[in-house]
Amino acid sequence: METVLGIKGPDFVMLAADCTQAHSIIMMKEDVEKIHKISDKLLMATIGESGDTDQFTQYISKNLALYRMRNGYELGPKAASHFTRKNLAEYLRSRTPYFVNLLVAGYDETEGGELYYIDYLANAKSLNYGGHGYGGMFCASIFDRYHHPKITQDEAYDIFKKCVKEIQKRLIINLANFKVSVVDKNGIRSLPDITAANLMDYVP
Amino acid sequence: MALADICGLSENLFNDTKFSNKDFQADVIKYSSNFDNHYQLAAPPFENPCEGLEKILANGANDGIKIDFDHGTTTLGFRFQGGVLLAVDSRATGGQFIGSQTMKKVVEINDYFLGTLAGGAADCVYWDRVLTKECRLYELRNKERISVAAASKIMANIAHEYKGAGLSMGMMLAGYDKRGPGLYYVDSEGSRTAGSLFSVGSGSVYAFGVLDSGYRWDLTDEEAQELGRRAIYHATHRDGYSGGIVRVYHIKPTGWINISNEDCMDLHYKYQEEKLARLS
Repeated sequence: METVLGIKGPDFVMLAADCTQAHSIIMMKEDVEKIHKISDKLLMATIGESGDTDQFTQYISKNLALYRMRNGYELGPKAASHFTRKNLAEYLRSRTPYFVNLLVAGYDETEGGELYYIDYLANAKSLNYGGHGYGGMFCASIFDRYHHPKITQDEAYDIFKKCVKEIQKRLIINLANFKVSVVDKNGIRSLPDITAANLMDYVP
Repeated sequence: MALADICGLSENLFNDTKFSNKDFQADVIKYSSNFDNHYQLAAPPFENPCEGLEKILANGANDGIKIDFDHGTTTLGFRFQGGVLLAVDSRATGGQFIGSQTMKKVVEINDYFLGTLAGGAADCVYWDRVLTKECRLYELRNKERISVAAASKIMANIAHEYKGAGLSMGMMLAGYDKRGPGLYYVDSEGSRTAGSLFSVGSGSVYAFGVLDSGYRWDLTDEEAQELGRRAIYHATHRDGYSGGIVRVYHIKPTGWINISNEDCMDLHYKYQEEKLARLS
């Protein structure tokens, strides 16, 4: 039902996530934040079983904060996603697995932007672009078509607009609003929401 | 145990040498461990409670042991300019059977803090009592009332701990704290959502219809109370599992007050009369 999307550029990573929370056939909320700020240059977009998503994201986030306090430096995006994956893998083989799919986006001084795709089976893969949920399937081809290695932030935001337009056109589920965040060398920034209203007269 | 002696009841229940009095005591201790520690709830005596319970429920028609937990409710809550408003029905059903028409689905946790129950009645009542205890302890330890955010987090953590064990709850926690009016939705899936407008239970779809079409932030107190009452009334009208008394609570900066408890049948004729009066 839910959708998160991510694009990696040469010096940034941009994430987009829908804002819905649904229970059976009822839309409970349309302004949920699914992109969580983990540290100055680390974002995590989480979808999956309700309850698990918040609980797991907070567990990872607080443990990364604890690591920073104990050691005086923090885990980079790669290490943080490894840590996330390992925890997910260990819980997967316990009596209480977490059913969460996430995208980890971060900026590292030496590596540049990094985007990791992690699913509930604890697959983790560094990607140039990707998505979770039904919406992610529609967008896979859009990313394939429009992504290029020298992509700029404006172009990435425009691709997200194309994706949201397509989701709202073809996906049976109503995902009206998408929040967008970007992480680059200056830190984390929120970009304007992509909504059904402001896509009205958008021509791809 | 004089009566037991007269009746010839031995303390050794089944007069079975294998099942001694000691085993009996051990069982009692095992299954009442939550008296000492409220978080140590005894699990049902079969593995994988969630699936196991479903099998037992499904087999009810064959073996004649039908277990139907109390379900079916309409509850709603919304934040507005004057605080938080909660409205609930009062019907408790077990399958097709109406167990009670006078249930109190609003739990008064303290003077500024209310909870609503939907789903398994026993689960909700039990965990709301535990929450009440935690809130009181917080108050004693910190010399200030607990925030709605913190209290709902306690509840969500409990729900998440017992996720998959078969709990069934959908509750709203509402109150007034230093951040102003607060409203959270917490359920047995472990999810916790802050929001301005919620409705929970089998009749929630009907309540949402009336609620969404009449809700504004700047409703006056009287308008808000009437909107909540009407939404629940319309839900009791359409939903067979909701009914009884429509209870309305209003949480103001000075604490909660119970606005009204009206029978949904009385409301039905009242609203019908109003409608006819308007037409003529």
